[in-house]
Amino acid sequence: MKWTIEVGRYDRTAGDGRGEVRSYPPPYENAPQRRYQTFEVDLPDHAMVLDALIAIREYQDESLVVRCACRSAICGSCGMWINGAARLACITKLREVARDGKVTVEAPPSMPVVRDLVWDMTPFWQKNRAVLPWLENKEPVPQGEEYRVPNAAMENLIQEVSCISCGVCVMDCESFAVNPDFLGPAALAKAYRYVADPRDAKTHERLGRYSQPNGVWDCTHCYECVAKCPKGVAPMEQILKIRKLAVEAGYRNNSGTRHAVAFAESVAHSGRLNELTLMPKSFGLFNIRAQLQSLPAAFNMLRAGKLPPLLHPKVPHVERIKAIFKKVGGMFSS
Amino acid sequence: MKVAFWPGCVSKGACPELYVAMQKIAPVLGLELMELYEAPCTGAGVLSEQNPELAYSLNALTLAMAEQMGADLMTICSTCQGVLSGAQYHLTRDEALRERVNRTLADSGFQYRGTARVKHLLWLLVEDVGLDRVAGLVKRRLSGLRVAPFYGCYILRPEEHLGLREKPERATYLEKIIELVGATPVEYHGKSKCCGFPMLTFNREVSLKMAGKHLLEAKSKGADVLVTPCPLCHLNLDGQQPDAARVVKEPIGTPIFHLPQLLGLAFGFEPAELRLNHHVVNTRLALEKVELKV
Repeated sequence: MKWTIEVGRYDRTAGDGRGEVRSYPPPYENAPQRRYQTFEVDLPDHAMVLDALIAIREYQDESLVVRCACRSAICGSCGMWINGAARLACITKLREVARDGKVTVEAPPSMPVVRDLVWDMTPFWQKNRAVLPWLENKEPVPQGEEYRVPNAAMENLIQEVSCISCGVCVMDCESFAVNPDFLGPAALAKAYRYVADPRDAKTHERLGRYSQPNGVWDCTHCYECVAKCPKGVAPMEQILKIRKLAVEAGYRNNSGTRHAVAFAESVAHSGRLNELTLMPKSFGLFNIRAQLQSLPAAFNMLRAGKLPPLLHPKVPHVERIKAIFKKVGGMFSS
Repeated sequence: MKVAFWPGCVSKGACPELYVAMQKIAPVLGLELMELYEAPCTGAGVLSEQNPELAYSLNALTLAMAEQMGADLMTICSTCQGVLSGAQYHLTRDEALRERVNRTLADSGFQYRGTARVKHLLWLLVEDVGLDRVAGLVKRRLSGLRVAPFYGCYILRPEEHLGLREKPERATYLEKIIELVGATPVEYHGKSKCCGFPMLTFNREVSLKMAGKHLLEAKSKGADVLVTPCPLCHLNLDGQQPDAARVVKEPIGTPIFHLPQLLGLAFGFEPAELRLNHHVVNTRLALEKVELKV
């Protein structure tokens, strides 16, 4: 079968006027310019995007730079943008993504580029190191033996341990895209791996560290990383687990926790969400700066006739809802 | 067609224009809305994050109320849809969870059986009412209006909760509706991205940057207006738009329609009947394109 592969090239000549130069959509408008070059390849129906790139490099243009090794979604080298979405080239079939036989590949615009399809993983590893991804043993490792734990204690970690550090989740993380300081889905999923490890002695300190700004509360809960991860790690789910454990461990002096508590109080009280009190309670009543910042928007909405009703009536038979909170509400039950 | 109608907290709170517009278009579509007045908030993913069992129990109560009405449940909020779909996904597959939840509900007089489907208005229009029938109801074609769809997250992800594995075309329904009312859909990268609303209280700057960037992109592609099936996206894209413009340091001024407002205009309602004069971002310029006034 004939396939058309459009490759975003980045090298010294990119942006010098040769080849088509395109702008990236926000928030990637400052990403380095590429020149787009089109290749025709003849490959079977079941071929992967990486097969096409290797075919181009071997038979058409040896200057094409692509990073790959295992071709089996184990090494995590070939993450890139394929038709505008983060994927591993080695397990993405051309026929899955081709539009009229054409596929566009490029380095992700959210990352610094080394050359062509190879992006710089330095920031990725910096984030990884920032979560202290090593065990702080509770007790010394027994001499000449392994540090043994029951199987059941490790089952909870299977999902995260599948991470191959390919960076696909980070490439398309919305929060990271507008805030490069965010630790990001891969590093925080790694963080959960150590929080949940029964051998680790620093669980409490870790939960505090990850609850700081640019940590777990900077995840926007959009499921993008869950949808994109090629290994089923579901990073967002791990981030939410850290949030829950951190709140339980007492790290509650943050807007995320106040928001959850105010939310639950409102639903437990009236059955519905009281939007009028949710925002101020989430900021913390004495966080004057945040309260002031939210005032213009509140005023705009008031002027448009969009402010929630001042009286927040209870839904009929609210006692049914209260009973549910009493039975399974946990920290929200009182 | 009778549906158990779940309006969600926001359409009864800070986006009353959505509730009004839905009430206007329902009779035109032949939908009889049986509102779930006694149902609780879905928890919007906030409660399920800290206490999944609490969220499953609350949503099982809502689903059981729809079952007792003998109707499918219709939402007009992507976030409600996502949370209810997620609850149903787990309640269907996990028998032990279902039993525990039903024990929790025992005193309420309701039991979850899983017989009602949960559908957002957007899905119901295409899959149950039918596009041909909706097309036949269009009295005012919105020709010349360039409309950018804004799906947001919870009506698209996670795919397995929302039936997108079986029906991948659900990710294109907004464009179908936009074409059906005679307008032109605008294609852009941000249409399926996060509006930033869930982060608004955690990190305001980042939240507003997300909203602002998507709005600027749609605008740069020539959008006169965005349409969204999610009132929470509306809160950030419309309600916070002046602040978002300050954060991204560029004027925006692109209005956001709720899905029922777009349909309402096509069905011949006047903008004021759909409360298009009650938005933070003025809808006047977009409406003038189709020779309407607020």
